[in-house]
Amino acid sequence: MIPDGFDYHEPETTAEAIELLEEHGDAETELLAGGHSLLPAMKSGLSSPDVLIDIGGIEELTGVTADGGTLTIGAMTSYSDVLDAEAAREHAPALTAAVEQVGDRQVRNRGTVGGNVAHADPASDLPGAVLVSDATMVVQGPDGERDVPAEEFYLGMYATDIGPDELLTRVEVPSAAGAVGTYVKRASPSSGYAMVGVAALLSVEDGAAETVRVGASGVMDRGVRLEGVEDALAGGSVDEETIEAAAARAGEGLDTALMMDDLRASGEFRAQLLEVYTERALAEANADLAAPAAD
Amino acid sequence: MTDHEITLTVNGTDHELSVEPRTLLVHALRDELGYTGTNVGCETTTCGACTVHMDGEAVKSCTVLAVQADGERIETVEGLESGDDYHPIQEGFREEHGLQCGYCTPGMMMTATDLLRENPDPSREEIREGLEGNLCRCTGYQNIVNAVENAAAELDEPVADGGEVRWPGGEGE
Ligand SMILES: Cc1cc2nc3c(=O)[nH]c(=O)nc-3n(C[C@H](O)[C@H](O)[C@H](O)COP(=O)(O)OP(=O)(O)OC[C@H]3O[C@@H](n4cnc5c(N)ncnc54)[C@H](O)[C@@H]3O)c2cc1C
Ligand code: FES
Ligand code: FES
Repeated sequence: MIPDGFDYHEPETTAEAIELLEEHGDAETELLAGGHSLLPAMKSGLSSPDVLIDIGGIEELTGVTADGGTLTIGAMTSYSDVLDAEAAREHAPALTAAVEQVGDRQVRNRGTVGGNVAHADPASDLPGAVLVSDATMVVQGPDGERDVPAEEFYLGMYATDIGPDELLTRVEVPSAAGAVGTYVKRASPSSGYAMVGVAALLSVEDGAAETVRVGASGVMDRGVRLEGVEDALAGGSVDEETIEAAAARAGEGLDTALMMDDLRASGEFRAQLLEVYTERALAEANADLAAPAAD
Repeated sequence: MTDHEITLTVNGTDHELSVEPRTLLVHALRDELGYTGTNVGCETTTCGACTVHMDGEAVKSCTVLAVQADGERIETVEGLESGDDYHPIQEGFREEHGLQCGYCTPGMMMTATDLLRENPDPSREEIREGLEGNLCRCTGYQNIVNAVENAAAELDEPVADGGEVRWPGGEGE
C-alpha cells in the first residue's frame, strides 16, 4: 500500500504547471489535486506515474467567486470550501447539493471539484450536476485558455476533453439564483459512490415550471441530461402527479444495454433506480420551493 | 526520485525531515516522528483510523503524501490533552464507553473535534453523518454517538476554571 516511486514537482502558478506538463510529456505524468482518486489508485498499484505535478500550491486555482451572473469555482477548491461558500449555495444550488453528498467528511476536506470533474468517474456525484448547472469547464494549455461546455467535456469513462499538456483551471456556472437545486443518490453500500444520483434544478413562476433541468450520474458512462423528464414538466404545473408522470420518462433516449452494469448494480436495476430517484429529486425540489428549507 | 526536505508542525512542535515523495503522511508521523497515536487500519481511505487535522481540517493521513503536508500544521490525537487534563472529547469517550479495543478511537476523536468545531450542537443524525468516514468494528456506534454528544454538552458549558475551550492546536472558535 505504498506507491511506487515518482518525481514530485510543486509548481506555484498555472503557467509553471503547464511548462512541467510539456517538459515531462514523454514520461507518464499525472497532475495531483486532492489526491483522493489518484493516491488510492497509486497505492493499490493501478496507477504508477513517473512524475507527479502537485497543483495544490497554486493559489489562483482555489476559491469560489460570484461575478456578473457567473459563479466561478477554482479547480483546486475543496468540496468543503464549496460548502462553506454562501455564493455557491445561492448561485449553483444543484451542484452544491451534489458536492454535499460526496464521500465522507474527510474526503470532502481534501477532494476537489476540479479533480472530480477531470477524473470523470461515471459513479462520481458531479457529472450529472454539472450538466444540470450548464457549467463551462475552462481548460488551459500552452496555447492559452479554452472554454468547454459540460455537454462536450466528458468523452466517456475516465475520459475528458483535457489534452495531455492542459489542465482544468476552473468551472463556471451561470447563476441559477432563485431556483431550487437538489441531488439525491442511491449510494453503493460499500464504496459510497453513486449507483444512481439525480440532480434537479427547478423554479416555478405563476404556477408553471420555469426552469426544469434534470440530470443523472452513475447510469451511463458519463453524466446525462434527462430530457424526457424536462420536456414533460416544462411550462406546466408541478405537483405529485406531474412529477410522477415526468419521472416515468427518465430512461427516455438512454440505451439500457449501454447502462453501467457491474457488481454494484445491473443496468436493469439502475434503470429502475433512475425513475425512483428522479421522482425523489423533483419532489424534494418542489417541497423546497413551497417551503424554503431553513438551512 | 530525490528526497524532499519538509517541515511539519505537529501539535505545535516544528519538525524538519527528509522524505521520499511517496511517503504517506501517516508513515511520516508514526515512523519518522514517533506520533504513534495515529493508527493505520485499512490503508484504503475507508476506515478513518488514520485521521488527523491538517491545517485545521480532518483528513485521512494514509491518503495524503507527506510532501503535500509540507509547511502545514498537523494535529494528532496526542495533541488533544493539555497537561493532565483530558479534552472533553476524550472525557466523552471515557464516560460513555465509546471504545472497546480503542483502535478506531484516535481517528474518531479527530473527526469528532473537526465536526464539533464547525457544529457545536449537532443532532445525533448529524453526528452519525459526521463520522461516516470512520469505522468501528467492535464498540458499536451507539456509544460513540453518545460520547460525541457528551463532549458537545461539555464544550457548551462555560469552562469552570475560567479557561478557554480547548481545541486541538489551541485555537478557540
Ligand atoms: C473513500 C472515498 C470515497 C469517495 N466517495 C466519493 C463519492 O461518493 N462521490 C464522488 O463523486 N467521489 C467520491 N470519491 C472521490 C473523490 O471525490 C475525489 O476527490 C475525486 O474523484 C478526485 O478529486 P481529487 O481532487 O481528489 O483529484 P486527484 O485524485 O488528485 O486527481 C484525480 C485525477 O484527475 C486529474 N486532475 C486533477 N485535477 C486536475 C486538473 N485541475 N486538471 C486536469 N486534471 C486534473 C489527476 O491527474 C488525476 O488523474 C471518494 C474518494 C474516496 C477516497
Ligand atoms: S488507514 Fe487511512 S482510512 Fe483506513
Ligand atoms: S473500539 Fe475497536 S474498532 Fe472501534
